[in-house]
Amino acid sequence: MSFINFKKKEVQVKIVYYGPGRGGKTTNLEYIFSNFKNRIKTELVAIKTQGDRTLFFDFLPFDIGKIKGYDVKVQLYTVPGQVKYDATRELVLRGVDGVVFVADSMEARRQQNLQSLKNLQDNLAIHKKSIFKIPLVLQYNKRDLAEQDIPLLSVETLEKSLNSKLKVPFFEASAVEGTNVVQTLKKIISMTMASVENQLT
Amino acid sequence: MDYNLGHEQLTKIEEVLQKDLMEMGVHCVIFIDMAGNIVVNLDDGNIKHDVYSLAALAAGNFGAVSAMAQMIGEEDFSLLFHKGEKESIHFSKVLNDFLLIIIFGHDISLGLLRLKVTESIEKIEKTLKS
Repeated sequence: MSFINFKKKEVQVKIVYYGPGRGGKTTNLEYIFSNFKNRIKTELVAIKTQGDRTLFFDFLPFDIGKIKGYDVKVQLYTVPGQVKYDATRELVLRGVDGVVFVADSMEARRQQNLQSLKNLQDNLAIHKKSIFKIPLVLQYNKRDLAEQDIPLLSVETLEKSLNSKLKVPFFEASAVEGTNVVQTLKKIISMTMASVENQLT
Repeated sequence: MDYNLGHEQLTKIEEVLQKDLMEMGVHCVIFIDMAGNIVVNLDDGNIKHDVYSLAALAAGNFGAVSAMAQMIGEEDFSLLFHKGEKESIHFSKVLNDFLLIIIFGHDISLGLLRLKVTESIEKIEKTLKS
């Protein structure tokens, strides 16, 4: 949950990038960091294994200005996508306010997307949160791979298998090229803030 | 872990941290929740740490250690201590949802710090429950 400091007039919101391993969660954060470097005062914190996979989480905090007189600090986290790091994913979801689910568009990853989305639902439930209620945006990543003739799932197929019940906003994206990375971020921030805003006095 | 802290509670917690810990000469005190949000942050004006990243890492670190504790049959390790050459960090759990992080130099004795930390945690817990 967001922490609202009524004394300092400050709100801290936590947004988590979730999804299967090697899907591009960290790449999203890296793109955001490199593009808004002049506005982000800190470094991107990444806890990685030797093979450059996320071990614990990546973390990127930045200010987005004022809403209703409150300074808003957005904190972006990623989770490790690999199945074996489930305990870590559960930890990172503690106190989450909004989620971006980064799905891998590659045909070969269809099953992993479904597994990871189910895992998100289960881990949110541990924190007494519902996947149907939390601000959530889907990102169909790696659309750029079509140019390299790598078989991709069509957006219709992805929508049908991941979003038919959730019915949340989605973006076709390429985190590597930066396509729709910022749009995804803007959408999740505005959805998350809408749910936090009515708590501000 | 939903909680709400009022203006008065925050002021009281700040006072306790200032009086019990900052005045004994520690460099920085950060009071956070287990999600990694900063509730109170005080420092001696000489350091420029990235406290938001520190808070996120501390919450993650503490969560990981708690999970390890449960694996060996302990409910929790209520405090952690990392010793550095010049600066050290002391973490202690406050109720179930908060963490008190103290950064201090080698001029402060760990024993005295622990005593002061225990005292201030008692006061903070009272405030949080009020």
